[in-house]
Amino acid sequence: MYTDKVMDHFENPRNVGEIENPDGIGKQGNPVCGDVMELGIKVKDNIIEDARFRTFGCCAAIATSSMVTEMVKGKTLEEAEEISKQAVAEALDGLPPAKMHCSNLAADALHDAIRDYKEKHAKVSK
Amino acid sequence: MKKQYYFDHNATTPVRPEVAEAMLPYLTDLFGNASSVHSFGREARHAMEQSRETVARLIGSDPDEIYFTGCGTESDNIALAGYMASAPRGRNRLITTKVEHSAIIKTGAKLERDGYQVTYLGVDHHCRIDMDNLSDEIDGKTALVSIMHGNNETGVLQEIEEAAHIAHEAGAVFHTDAVQSAGKVPIDVNEMGIDMLSMSGHKLNAPKGIGVLYIKKGIPITPLTYGGSHENGIRPGTENVAGIVAMARAVELAMEGMDDKASKLSTLRDRPEKGIEDAVTNVLFNGRGVPRLPGTSNMSFPGVDGEALLFSIDIEGIAASTGSACTTGDVEPSHVLIAMGREPKTAQGSLRFSMGWGTTGEGVDYILECLPVIVKRLRNISGEM
Repeated sequence: MYTDKVMDHFENPRNVGEIENPDGIGKQGNPVCGDVMELGIKVKDNIIEDARFRTFGCCAAIATSSMVTEMVKGKTLEEAEEISKQAVAEALDGLPPAKMHCSNLAADALHDAIRDYKEKHAKVSK
Repeated sequence: MKKQYYFDHNATTPVRPEVAEAMLPYLTDLFGNASSVHSFGREARHAMEQSRETVARLIGSDPDEIYFTGCGTESDNIALAGYMASAPRGRNRLITTKVEHSAIIKTGAKLERDGYQVTYLGVDHHCRIDMDNLSDEIDGKTALVSIMHGNNETGVLQEIEEAAHIAHEAGAVFHTDAVQSAGKVPIDVNEMGIDMLSMSGHKLNAPKGIGVLYIKKGIPITPLTYGGSHENGIRPGTENVAGIVAMARAVELAMEGMDDKASKLSTLRDRPEKGIEDAVTNVLFNGRGVPRLPGTSNMSFPGVDGEALLFSIDIEGIAASTGSACTTGDVEPSHVLIAMGREPKTAQGSLRFSMGWGTTGEGVDYILECLPVIVKRLRNISGEM
């Protein structure tokens, strides 16, 4: 059912936890099967320095969460915004069709975190 | 290779060696069609009728009240749709429950589309039907009441003797889906007032592809399929003699020391429940504390997803099941746990261990060794959201 990469990220997820004083937080819930993901990012000079997650969900949900945090670390905000659900799924060597909505969750949580960062940042700038 | 422990007997069971041995000749040498006039056919027919007698003994019925089908689902379909189509005039209502197997629920839905009235009784937190609800609902339009004996997810047993009595008082017929309970707990159709009953071979160490439908003499059934005159025309099709022989052998083995085996199995089942209760915070048991099938244990771990749990224990070599969405392919979590009042998220984090022939204390201890650590790991990942 799942690729070796998915199982690896499920058994050994990277970046589990919370960021202290996060610069942006994204939270997404999945109406399809009730998965929930919370993603925190630390941003410096437009680069995502750190990302951590908490996820309630199935193997695919945990694996996609873990993968997306790996993918964003060291990227600029613009690069991170380009990360799509397909990109997350591809990085894991693919997901079963019924589980594609999990990669959606991860991508959406990331974009939500970036949006949150921009909102906070915009306020501060004013 | 890591040792594997199977705790999914409610899903299916291994065929016992004695059962495989009994059925093999009917695949190879004694392969005749039971309807054939010649000696090959007569041999097959003889085995079939002997098997019918044996199966009848399990539930205390007459042999000619036993019909062989392909599976429990088929038996449920014939009982419900077949009887409703033959029900007395003016009686167009079926009363069943919200915790039935999908074979009953989906047949109920089909009957509704066909214009019948179908009522689904709810259950309490322990998965039990309040028989007062049945009394309140039942009326002169009710043709059939169908209430499962043992629930497949929680193992909880319903008071079907009382349900049958209420059904009869109202002039209705009573069916029970005994797929999970037959061969595990005693059943006597006459004592209990059961008019129709479904059974499935692969739940009691016979192969997949064989089921039984008991139909009390005098209950009319409109067949769902058409063909030869096999099984009194109720289930046409060349009989699966090998499967039938297997069923009978499995039933014979099930009858041997049934109570003793049930008691031993309950003890084995209770052990991990007690252990997990002690070792894991925030665990909810589903169906514990009420009459239950001896080998079934269903528990929920808030903050953890059922599929994640299943894969984690599978990695350790433990096979179990869950009623969560995503695993069953359904969008909704277990309809049984929801009917019991569990929050969808809690139902999502449920695990069912079901034990049977071959379950050992070693396996049970291994569950205790692995599960608490797994729950802790997954709760750390979720932050218990």
